[in-house]
Amino acid sequence: MSDKLKDLLQNGPIAINIGIFDFAETLKIQGVEVIHLNWSPPAGGDPELIELLDQLL
Amino acid sequence: MITRCIIRKNAYYDSVFLMRVAKRISGQKGILEAAALMGTEKNKELLSDIGMAGPEISSVRPNDLIIAIRAEDEEPLSAVFENIDHWLNESQGQAGTIPCRTLEEALTHLPHSNLAVISVPGQYASREARKALEHGLNVFLFSDNVSVEDELSLKGFAREKGLIVMGPDCGTAIINGIGVGFSNAVRRGPIGVIGSSGTGIQEFTTLVHHFGSGISHAIGTGSRDLSDAIGGITFLSSIEVLDSDRETRVIALLSKPPGPLALQNLIHRIIQCRKPIVTCFLGPKQDPDDANLRYRKARTLDDAASLAVQIATNNPSPRLEDRSFKFQELINRERIHKSPEQKYIRGIFAGGTFCYQAQQILQDAGIMVHSNLPLEGNSKLRSPLLSVEHTLIDMGSDEFTSGRPHPMIDAGLRYERILAEAKDPQVSILLLDFILGLNASPDPAGELLPAIAEARGQTRKQGGSLSVIASVCGTENDPQNIQRQVKALEEAGVVVFSSSAKAARFCGFLVTGCPEESSVR
Amino acid sequence: MNDIKQKIDMANAEAVKRINEADPVLVDIAPAGEVIPGLKDRMVLHSGPPVTWPNMCGAQRGAMIGAVLFENWAGSVDEASRLLENGIIRFEPNHHHQAVGPMAGTISPSMPVWVVENRTFGNRAFCRQVEGRQQFGDYSDSALEGLRQWRDIWALSLRKGLLGMGGLELRPIIAKALTMGDELHNRPVAASSLFANGLVGPMLEAGVEKGHLLSTINYITKHELLFLGLSMAAGKASVDPAAGIEYSAVVIAMARNGTEFGIRVSGLGEEWFTASSPRINGLYFPGYTEKDAGADMGDSAITETAGWGGLVLAGATGILSLVGGTPEEALAYSKEMRQITVTMSSSYRMPVFGFQGAPLGIDMRKVVQTGITPIIDTAIAHRNPGYSIIGAGLVRAPMECFKKALLRFGQKYGVK
Repeated sequence: MSDKLKDLLQNGPIAINIGIFDFAETLKIQGVEVIHLNWSPPAGGDPELIELLDQLL
Repeated sequence: MITRCIIRKNAYYDSVFLMRVAKRISGQKGILEAAALMGTEKNKELLSDIGMAGPEISSVRPNDLIIAIRAEDEEPLSAVFENIDHWLNESQGQAGTIPCRTLEEALTHLPHSNLAVISVPGQYASREARKALEHGLNVFLFSDNVSVEDELSLKGFAREKGLIVMGPDCGTAIINGIGVGFSNAVRRGPIGVIGSSGTGIQEFTTLVHHFGSGISHAIGTGSRDLSDAIGGITFLSSIEVLDSDRETRVIALLSKPPGPLALQNLIHRIIQCRKPIVTCFLGPKQDPDDANLRYRKARTLDDAASLAVQIATNNPSPRLEDRSFKFQELINRERIHKSPEQKYIRGIFAGGTFCYQAQQILQDAGIMVHSNLPLEGNSKLRSPLLSVEHTLIDMGSDEFTSGRPHPMIDAGLRYERILAEAKDPQVSILLLDFILGLNASPDPAGELLPAIAEARGQTRKQGGSLSVIASVCGTENDPQNIQRQVKALEEAGVVVFSSSAKAARFCGFLVTGCPEESSVR
Repeated sequence: MNDIKQKIDMANAEAVKRINEADPVLVDIAPAGEVIPGLKDRMVLHSGPPVTWPNMCGAQRGAMIGAVLFENWAGSVDEASRLLENGIIRFEPNHHHQAVGPMAGTISPSMPVWVVENRTFGNRAFCRQVEGRQQFGDYSDSALEGLRQWRDIWALSLRKGLLGMGGLELRPIIAKALTMGDELHNRPVAASSLFANGLVGPMLEAGVEKGHLLSTINYITKHELLFLGLSMAAGKASVDPAAGIEYSAVVIAMARNGTEFGIRVSGLGEEWFTASSPRINGLYFPGYTEKDAGADMGDSAITETAGWGGLVLAGATGILSLVGGTPEEALAYSKEMRQITVTMSSSYRMPVFGFQGAPLGIDMRKVVQTGITPIIDTAIAHRNPGYSIIGAGLVRAPMECFKKALLRFGQKYGVK
């Protein structure tokens, strides 16, 4: 088992939130260090480009 | 129209700065044109090109500031000139920051991160989750609509890296006392729980709290983890980490019945586990347990919570006190004023597990229901929008939530459905769940009370009486405060139970007749 | 990590390594026709990707006419237009000739250009003089007079001083200017001043005739945008060795002709990937508004390609107003740019970032992935021929260029 999983349980989450903004806020009010990503669909959601990116990046 | 200028000797300003000052002045009411520039020859030409010239302008030098304004009349012009320092000194713009757009950038700010909480639309969720795993982050994956293939590949990859993927479709976790996603403020304690559904975990953890014990960690796995396709990868990693966790003394596993292969894996792991294990696999009644069983089986979430607390605290089975009234009285009270045609239960659920568990409880009581997500042995609704006979609906399922907020966040969907059910004169009982906690609606009861009142009124108009039976999942420490929620519901005539299982069982009694009082807890 | 990703990452690392190692030195100021390969008689180079006369924007047409008149190939505006329209005067992009030019970017044979040599790799790049009139499309005689003085007095005087001193290293000037509030695109004030400091002595020493000397000193000490021509040439000389690296996704050119915005990518040869030139979010000189503005134009985005300009707005305290006014906003732009670049410059550092390097090497994959396109500082030309500069602002490279490049990349390297 990795230290990362143990670390998560022992020390609690230090989180990066990708998606629903409230999930970051509710972590923050519990005193968790969290960064909310300003996420948008990759390649503007174009499936062909996303598939390319998956292979290239 | 009126044009005038101000000259400031030896007052150097950056030209772009002055352009912005001019732009702001131009935006004032009554100002037709504004120019702010240094007195270079080129700038003086520019001014004369727009008809702003004169002896005072031609005599300025390159280090002098010119502010020239054309206005509709005197008032706006002098308003600006009387306060010229304000325009030159005012801080420009708002202090804005562009937030992180990529995981890599976020990690430069928070290099010790250990968890990615992902709730992007399903088609993008896998790649974000994979990226997080590549960067050594555990993943809480709230997104649904992730394919089984992707789930398997993500969990396999996570296992290789010694990480965990909670989800997809994972609503709840409590890690070291911190609630992630939809979670309740429960006491910390010796009971670790691993569950395939968010509401299942919420109900279990709040019941443990009400029984006086507490939770070490609660780990969500996603609804398919114990299918044969996935093989329980997250369950197994979670058991392993809870087995070595100092705080955890008992481990509870909550899920629908595992696939046969997944169950084999699970039992293999349970045998090695040093800690007692309680399972609750909701579903149809199964064969009696064999004698060699290494874990304790519970039939409902209530039983699982009670059993776990009993083992963890070495106390006899804890009991939750419900209202002080007598059951029979309550049943009698609910049964008067019914019209002869009122026969059916309509369960309108926000929590999928509550819908499922209620079906199990009613089925055990001999009541078959229709559902959009039927338990084995029950029938599937032809249309999820149309209830027939006894119907229990999971309003949080995809067909309702695509493009609409989940009923735990916004009561809109359930509101409409409650009104629709009340128009059916055969409906006798409305069964509801209210889920409190982080990220849930700030006032779940309050949002539905008008619909409940209107539904009851509608039934009275039809010559009957509508029983509204509900459970509230939450604690006194949740932001919504459970006491206030319960009180509001009871004042509106709702019969409120402390668990969803009890509420469902009570509905069964209302339909089938008088129960043995001792069998109700 | 799969094979192709690894290849791309290695190729990108090689590309930014070459840019980092660049050592641009100003070695000459010479008539374009004598030094720029392939610039023939009766030919004018222009900014941006290739364009035809009918598609050419107003400002660039005006500048072309100005260049033809400047060369005395025509005696009137009408005649100049006719020669251009009929293909008698040919025109090709600067980028096809190791050259770059600001705004309309017009370079004609007798126009002296900055000659910058990258001493590490031995390649040369060229850029014309930066001024505020003809390059914006103003072909009036007074606009052309500025070009004549450059040709007949200033360039000659500077050349004499420069050759006497044996060339001028640009890297130290650029590095210092970045710590002095410049971003070397819209604001090269500090660099211009440092450059002037460096040339006055050598011009004196080389015995430049007093009248010319005074005129030239007056020109270089008052011309705040003087160094832009040098930062562009230095940028081009620095980035060119990073071109043509198989598998590299690093952008090695961004250029606009007022009609189209085009990019080139290291691993994709000489092909341009284009989209319509964007509108500029800008501030205007008195008497002009966005209704008068032409679309984005010029090769000056070579500065962003090299890792300066919009990429280092955080450090450019001098033009905070351009980005909205607060240091936080400027900082945010540079932070954002770090999300689409391969690395940080080892040569050019930003004090506001605790002296971390400037973002370097735009990776077109990251642009498409994140939706963040490079931010470019720019000046604004009029939509019609015959005007000087009318404003300045910020513009984003259009996403479409990067999407097209990514698709071609997939085709070329056999990714389904």
